Amino acid sequence: MLSVDVMKTVGDFAIQAKFDVPSGATVLFGPSGSGKTSIINMIAGLMTPDRGRILCRGRLIFDSGARIDLPPYHRAFGYVFQDGRLFPHMTVAKNLDYGRKHHRLPYDRAAHERIVDMLDIGHLTQRRPGTLSGGERQRVAIGRALLMNPQLLLLDEPLASLDAARKREILPYLIRLRDASGIPMIYVTHHVAEVRRIATVVVRLEAGRVLGVGAPETIAASTDDLEG
Amino acid sequence: MTMPAFELSPDEWTAVLLSLRVALVATLASLPFGIAVAWLLARGNFWGKTLLDGLVHLPLVLPPVVTGYLLLIAFGRKGAVGAFLAEQLGVVLAFRWTGAALASAVMAFPLMVRAIRLSIEAIDRRLEQAATTLGASRGAVFRSITLPLALPGIIAGMVLAFAKALGEFGATITFVSNIPGETQTLSAAIYTLTQVPGGDAAALRLVVLAIVISLAALVLSEWLARRAARRLHGV
Repeated sequence: MLSVDVMKTVGDFAIQAKFDVPSGATVLFGPSGSGKTSIINMIAGLMTPDRGRILCRGRLIFDSGARIDLPPYHRAFGYVFQDGRLFPHMTVAKNLDYGRKHHRLPYDRAAHERIVDMLDIGHLTQRRPGTLSGGERQRVAIGRALLMNPQLLLLDEPLASLDAARKREILPYLIRLRDASGIPMIYVTHHVAEVRRIATVVVRLEAGRVLGVGAPETIAASTDDLEG
Repeated sequence: MTMPAFELSPDEWTAVLLSLRVALVATLASLPFGIAVAWLLARGNFWGKTLLDGLVHLPLVLPPVVTGYLLLIAFGRKGAVGAFLAEQLGVVLAFRWTGAALASAVMAFPLMVRAIRLSIEAIDRRLEQAATTLGASRGAVFRSITLPLALPGIIAGMVLAFAKALGEFGATITFVSNIPGETQTLSAAIYTLTQVPGGDAAALRLVVLAIVISLAALVLSEWLARRAARRLHGV
C-alpha cells in the first residue's frame, strides 16, 4: 500500500529509510531522534527528501529521479499532529469542514454524521478551539483529517500531549477507526502500549534507519517504552 | 472666546474633511501594498530583501521635505512617472488632493508595514502547514489562515498609518503645496493660520479637532483590535 525509500540529511543527522507496508495500521516505532517525525513529514510532503521515492496506493507522490514532488495539498493525506493544530480563529464546525472545502468535495451528510458521532464531537461544533479540553481538541483534529476523505491517515504521536485518562479516552476511537474506516494509518509513537493496541505492522526505527518490519508481537513482549 | 467660537467656518470644515479624505484614501490605497511588502519581508527569502527593507523605511529617516521633493521629481507633471500617468491614464497627482494622499501614504507606509510584518512573523507556521495537508494551496492558506490571524496587526497598521497620514505636513506641502480646498489639509491650515494676524482662535479650534480625531482613531483601533483578538482566541 505504502512504499517509502528516502534519504535526507539535516545537519549531521542522516535518515536513510526504506520500507513497504500493507493497509491497516502501521506504527513507526522508535526513540526520540530516530527520525519518525521526519519520515512522516516526508510522506505528508511537509519535508522534502534529498533523494528517494514514495509510492502510495499505486500513486507516485515523490520521485527525485523523475522530479515528481506532489505538494501536500494534492496528496490528500490526512494528518493528525501531536498538538492538534486546530485553527484558533474558526469554530469547530469550520475546522471540521476545512479539508472538505479545500479539496472541493461535495458535502456528504451521512459521512459527516458518522464521523462526528464516532468521535462524539457533535456537541462541540459551535465552540472555538481555545475553549476545548486536550482530549476534545485531539478528537476534533482526528475528525478534521477524516472529513477530507483521506487516502491515508498520518498520526504523529496523537496522544503524547494528553494525560493518561485522556489517552484512555482517545485510543478506543482510533481502534474503531482502524477497524471501521478502511483508511490505512501511519502512526508514530514511542509507547509500547499504543503499539500493542493499535498496530497491525510495526516499523522499528533507530538513528534514522529501519531496524525491522514485523508484527507488533515481535517487539511488544521484550521492549519497554522508549525515551520520548 | 464665547461658545459659538467653536463653530468651524466653511473654510475650516473644508480643511478637516479634506484631511480625513486624504488620510482615508492614503490608508486604504496603500493597504494591499502594505500587506504584500510585509509578507515578503516576513516570509520571503530573496535577493534584495535588505534593499527593499531599507527602501520601505527610508521615509521614516529622510527629512519629509526631501521625500516630498523626490515625489515632485518623480510624480510631477514632467516627472518620469507623473508624465506617464498624465498622458496614458489621465491621472494628475501634482498639486491635487490625490497627490496629498500619495505623499501621506508614502510617509505612513513604514509604520503600516512594520505593524503588519510583526503580526505575520508571530503566526504559528505549523498552522499553515496543517492547512496545506488539508488541501489548501498557498493562496488559500494565505487567505484563510495567514490573513485572518494577522488581522490585529493589520488593524494596528491601518490606524497608525491613518494617524500619520492625518498629520503629515512636510512631504505633502512640498509635493502638492498648500492650496485651500484642494491640498490644504488640517496641518497645513493650522500652519497657515499661525502665519496670519488674528488666526489664533481658528488655529486653536483646528488643533482641538485634530486632537479629538486622533484620540477617536486610537479608541477605535483599541476596540477593533480587542474584537479581533477575541475572535482569534476566543470564546
